Amino acid sequence: MANSKRISAIILIIVIATFLLSWIIKAFNLEGSPNNTGLWFSIRDAFFITIAAFLTLAIFSFLYKDNPYYKFAEHLFVGISAAYWMCVGFWSTLIGNLVPNISSSLSTFFRVPYKGLHFTYFVPLILGIILLMRLSSKRGWISRWALAWIVGTTSGLNLIRYLRTDFISQVSNTFIPLLVDWKGVGPFFSHFSLSSTGQFAMTLSNWVIFIGVFCGLIYFFFSKEHKGIFGTASRVGIWVLMITFGASFGYTVMGRVSLLVGRLTYLFRDWLGLIS
Amino acid sequence: MTNIGLIISFLVIGVGLLWLFILALKGREVDRRIIFIFIGLAVSVPLLFRISFSEKATPIVRDVFYKIENLPEGSNILLSYDYGPSMAPEVEPMSNAFLRHALAKNHKVFIMCLWATGQSLIATAIDSIIKREFPEKINGVDYINIGFKAGGQGVLNVIITDFRKMYLTDVDGVNLDSVPIFKGIKSLKDMDLLISIGGGFPGVKEWILFAGAPGNIPTAGGSAAVAAPLLYPYYPKQMVGLLGGIKGAAEYESELKKVYPQFANMPTPGIAMMGPQTLAHLVVMAFIVIGNIAFFVNRRRKP
Repeated sequence: MANSKRISAIILIIVIATFLLSWIIKAFNLEGSPNNTGLWFSIRDAFFITIAAFLTLAIFSFLYKDNPYYKFAEHLFVGISAAYWMCVGFWSTLIGNLVPNISSSLSTFFRVPYKGLHFTYFVPLILGIILLMRLSSKRGWISRWALAWIVGTTSGLNLIRYLRTDFISQVSNTFIPLLVDWKGVGPFFSHFSLSSTGQFAMTLSNWVIFIGVFCGLIYFFFSKEHKGIFGTASRVGIWVLMITFGASFGYTVMGRVSLLVGRLTYLFRDWLGLIS
Repeated sequence: MTNIGLIISFLVIGVGLLWLFILALKGREVDRRIIFIFIGLAVSVPLLFRISFSEKATPIVRDVFYKIENLPEGSNILLSYDYGPSMAPEVEPMSNAFLRHALAKNHKVFIMCLWATGQSLIATAIDSIIKREFPEKINGVDYINIGFKAGGQGVLNVIITDFRKMYLTDVDGVNLDSVPIFKGIKSLKDMDLLISIGGGFPGVKEWILFAGAPGNIPTAGGSAAVAAPLLYPYYPKQMVGLLGGIKGAAEYESELKKVYPQFANMPTPGIAMMGPQTLAHLVVMAFIVIGNIAFFVNRRRKP
């Protein structure tokens, strides 16, 4: 136990020493750069660059195993995010949206343009206060009214838009020509091209969409046993779904690798200066 | 330098993967940390040796590009920065490319965000791109930053009928009625193209649902890779085009460089990221193949 504590203390000393050394070297580097804006700014900028690099490495250290440096970086991130969003909520919602519509003096105090007294804005104000009743163990049930309002209005707002754009329009999007610009077999072969915008590729693409949608829907139709032609179509539906999930996985890998590239670029370029 | 990098990458990663394959065939377990080391190598080496590949725009990217290109000069384009620093490495190359293209084409650019974190990223883009590369462009005349308003899709629901019900001033507190660029602009319907760059909520999907589709306004998007597959069904009828992940950004950058010689030396982070992307994908594919082969071989061995 004592040995483990000693190792932890040694690691901590090494990390602090490396951080300080890195900060000093970075400050000298910035001071010597053509864009240098003074010693104080170099020291300050070097501190932020070094702390960002160390926090990045602290998060990466989780890949080896859970450790106090990762925990520190994680808790710092959660704490700063919570504080940031609280400030944003206060300034953009309360001061940005509410105050200019309910009080001239408050608008002057917070230096936001007064829009005039709008009584409708007292409704969200009251509902907001009601929502805070959740903090009371006895009167907590009152907050459900505000929550019901939020759920109701959001559903109402979204229902129409989703129904129109995500359902009706999507259904109409699948009504596509299965023979694109068809002028007969002769013209089809005489103008044959494998280009992605060519007649063949467009026709093939429309067939893939048609079969994919049709078989995918059949797979989710459970009122009939999946046997015979129906079963075959259902199996094609599964394949379509699997290919879709595979494509999604590929995109997810791409997204995560991009983020890794972003952090490594920061470490190599901004911190270590290995790449320009 | 690039060739040396490629040789080193393929040698190190290739030999390593072969070793892993032999280990897997012997039925030995491979520590997950080994996989992390391989991914780290696959990403670091191309970055250090600047390995990149040429890109060619696909139709879905070309459609966005030529939509901006074919709009008459002085058209109104709205760019919405619906992302935060956590998504920036992936989508910032897209927003920068859109901004450069729109300004080079002399369109009027209206910049806003539905994410609070987008505000500081807009400020960075204005400082690093507009003020540095387009010093002749005037704030309030050629472009404007109206910033963030809380409310997500609710904001879109309001500004589709009237901007001024939500925005009275720009981010600097200048009244919109006194800004030349906003002369004759009442709502989103006065925009010629809406572009949302993001990947979360609210993002491209909300722009289509609450602005593009109901207002019949051409809408395009730049999306983080994770969200891109969910947006493809909107193309081409409900969405002009889409930049899906860093690949989309790289394609757009290549088209921009091809059409505009003045951007020949512009930074192309999207293209630069495609080297690490390609190698990392190859490593992931190799791991999938190795894992499957080892699984079937070991299953056959078991009595």
